[in-house]
Amino acid sequence: MFKCKTSAEVGGMGHSVKRKEDARFLHGKGNYVDDVKLPGMLTMVMVRSPYAYAKIKSIKKDKALAIPGVLAVITGEDLAQYNLHWMPTLLSDTQMVLPTDTVMHQSQEVCAVIATDRYVAVDGAEAVEVDYEPMQAIVDPYKALDEDAPLLRPDKEGQKDNQIYHWERGDRAKTDAVIANADVVVKERIYLPRIHVASIETCGCVASYDKDTQKLLVYLTTQAPHAIRTVVALVAGHVGLSEEKIRIISPDIGGGFGGKVPVYPAYVVAIAASFLIGKPVKWIEDRSENLVNGFARDYHMDCELAATKDGKIQAFKVSTLADHGYTDSSANPSKYPTGMFSICTGSYDYEHAFAELDAVYTNKAPGGVAYRCSFRVTEAVHAIERMVDKLAAKIDKDPALLRLENFIKKEQFPYDSPLGWSYDSGDYEATLKKAMDMVGYDDYKKEQAEKRKEGKLMGIGLCTFTEVVGAGPSKDFDILGIAMFDSAEIRVHPTGKAMARFGTKSQGQGHETTYAQILAEELGIPYTDIEIEEGDTDTAPYGLGTYASRSTPTAGAAAAIAARKLKDKGKKIAAHLLEVSEEDIEWEVGKYFVKGAPEKSKTIQDVAFAAYTNIPPGMEPGFEATHYYDPPNLTFPNGAYICVVEVEQETGAIDVKRFVAIDDCGNIINPMIVEGQVHGGLTQGIAPAMYEGIEYDDEGNVLNGTLMDYLVPTAVESPHWETGHTITPSPHHPLGAKGVAESPTVGAPPAIANAIIDALSPLGIEHLDIPITPAKVWEAIQAHT
Amino acid sequence: MKHEITVTINGESVTAEVDSRLLLVHFIRENLDLTGTHIGCDTSNCGACTILLDGKSVKSCTYLAVRADGAEITTIEGVAAEGTNHPLQQAFHDQHGLHCGFCTPGMIMRSLDLLKNNPDPSEEEIRWGISGNLCRCTGYNNIVKSVQQAAKEMQNQSETV
Repeated sequence: MFKCKTSAEVGGMGHSVKRKEDARFLHGKGNYVDDVKLPGMLTMVMVRSPYAYAKIKSIKKDKALAIPGVLAVITGEDLAQYNLHWMPTLLSDTQMVLPTDTVMHQSQEVCAVIATDRYVAVDGAEAVEVDYEPMQAIVDPYKALDEDAPLLRPDKEGQKDNQIYHWERGDRAKTDAVIANADVVVKERIYLPRIHVASIETCGCVASYDKDTQKLLVYLTTQAPHAIRTVVALVAGHVGLSEEKIRIISPDIGGGFGGKVPVYPAYVVAIAASFLIGKPVKWIEDRSENLVNGFARDYHMDCELAATKDGKIQAFKVSTLADHGYTDSSANPSKYPTGMFSICTGSYDYEHAFAELDAVYTNKAPGGVAYRCSFRVTEAVHAIERMVDKLAAKIDKDPALLRLENFIKKEQFPYDSPLGWSYDSGDYEATLKKAMDMVGYDDYKKEQAEKRKEGKLMGIGLCTFTEVVGAGPSKDFDILGIAMFDSAEIRVHPTGKAMARFGTKSQGQGHETTYAQILAEELGIPYTDIEIEEGDTDTAPYGLGTYASRSTPTAGAAAAIAARKLKDKGKKIAAHLLEVSEEDIEWEVGKYFVKGAPEKSKTIQDVAFAAYTNIPPGMEPGFEATHYYDPPNLTFPNGAYICVVEVEQETGAIDVKRFVAIDDCGNIINPMIVEGQVHGGLTQGIAPAMYEGIEYDDEGNVLNGTLMDYLVPTAVESPHWETGHTITPSPHHPLGAKGVAESPTVGAPPAIANAIIDALSPLGIEHLDIPITPAKVWEAIQAHT
Repeated sequence: MKHEITVTINGESVTAEVDSRLLLVHFIRENLDLTGTHIGCDTSNCGACTILLDGKSVKSCTYLAVRADGAEITTIEGVAAEGTNHPLQQAFHDQHGLHCGFCTPGMIMRSLDLLKNNPDPSEEEIRWGISGNLCRCTGYNNIVKSVQQAAKEMQNQSETV
């Protein structure tokens, strides 16, 4: 276990110090985008398409413009004059900012109304007359590949059908051969439906262009302010918005979960509107707009798992159809269009695997946006973990035992997975055994046997997942060509207090506390004496932002290394102050002392003061350091989750009795915050497992586009989570940390699905796709009894 | 059409001319610049806009400003004196009952009403009591613990008074 090196007052790693950022939120003094008010600010409201696929015959602005207070109606034709009507997505596809002739999904932005206040803007939006000629939408991704399917993206040069790309990894022939000759093969088509992150704060921006200084300031709900600045410069450089004139401020963010990584069309329209009008323009998304635009998941996965008759896994194959909507807006590295989906071989030791994926266009909102896991790990883990349970059921073996017998052993790390990852560390057996002990696995197995005799439906579900987070390394990972590293810049002031800035951006993760703790750990300066800033591109060092659990693995590492640079400089200063040679100086948290004479010492604060007042001859003054950290590998957090459910046969009602989550995310900076992240992630795991899923009808209408029917779990649906840890430090991360926030969202859905399906297994039910609702369970029970 | 309304907000009387269609939440946020009350949906599901109106928790996104004429309103900014914490604010801090902070004001306002009517709620009563308020970050465990801590503290305070 991790032992704290610092006192509670210093508050370095391992201390559950209370969060530094809480006070402003608790007193209603947070500063979210909608709280920003600039002089002369106008409001923008979008007119959106009621159709999933339609020609736009005309847009009439007159009635809207006649309303007092409506200043402008901006259409795609208006933007086309500046060549701003299309923009790149983060995966180098193209997306309309505003359409000139065709709308491609329901609720797509059609035009924008700019007015003096929100109510007037809404009146204006209702007064805009759009004449549509509806066309038959393609909703089913399998039909999108039919030979006679209409070509959805004729605007793309060389695009002959609705396939976006084909991707594959692994050895198809060998995997097929092993599967063909295996004792046991289990197969399933597993669907992970479209879901939406639904952060409680929706998206929005305030764009303010100053015609005199030619500077653009944008307050934006973004998880990646620097990347957005570069994208804006790339998209709008030709009209004069060059990067040094653009300042993106990501203020307090009311939850992100990946939904605030993409550039949404309305951001660009608001910027264009401010650029044209010369006044600040605010756009705040409605919840209904938010829920029907930008999705995660939507993978149809055909899985095959092969094993020997006693359950030794031999090969895994998965062929996926990915529905991306009308454009691929995945925020994935260019070499990894399917993100880290090839982690799908899981926590098990076997040689042969093959994964392929075809991505297609349909008349749905742009897909590929994250849901607390941007890089497709959730899909991958769901596939393997459902299949392992299916194998266990097929050969009638305890699913825990099957996992224990197939795990990669701790002495096998670093472990090269069949699809090309190098897992850094783990002790899967210890993690699962801890979860089994905590839940009381053996007792539940006995209870289940008793209940089954009485005809009651009780299920125990497991998930033992391996995550992959912390991108870079920059040689492999990028966003639109920008390498995925991250940064920290530390300034220690003469009085020994410090300020540090980062290229990441907290959306609730508590960076103002955890980064201060990392610096406290390294420098011995109390965390309360360290201010943390993020989100302002004019002041923060360049970084790729916060998503995919990458902040601790990248920027956290940058903080540690920048602090170590300072410590090295401090050693020279201490030697100068103590009048000994540098070799005679030793360090213990917060102070330098003379080897063998610990009474002769200088604190880090003394040294900081000297860096500005009593500088050794020839040394550069000041006490500052910057580091851009390019990780040598990803980190591989893992965990073992166990869920116990009871299902009521008469109604299909599902009662989650217990849920135990043991996570191994390496060394922990703040246990309280990590536990909080796990709780939140688990609720965002039960959400898609049992409640959430965006549904479409055959015309491409979204059937549940408000929070009245898109069921975000409340405190009632969310179980009492039980959490714990094993600690296997990452061998390559400077702090031995790994990142955690997405693990629970990845691990919970299969554990819950496995538990419910286990409960239903006496009836002969072998699989259900998530969300597993009482209605779905009831129907399955009816079909099997 | 404009109407003159007078409300007492966080102890101060305010008179203003408002449009008949102006929502109370917009009046609070935009006319009074009290931006601690948030907007998270358009269907009264999320509860981020919860305030106290004549002592009862109300979702201010579904309440017309004109209807609040004569009412006494408390928002998150008026829960405790400047620089101090109400036991609920202290408890949310102590128990890590907030992450992004966006739902927090609404959660606290709702919990105030809950504890007024039920000073010693069970875990289940707390979960049902805050079920009109959505949080996407915390998974609710620590919000429940926060309300439990505040309940204890508020009971101690009332006993010592």
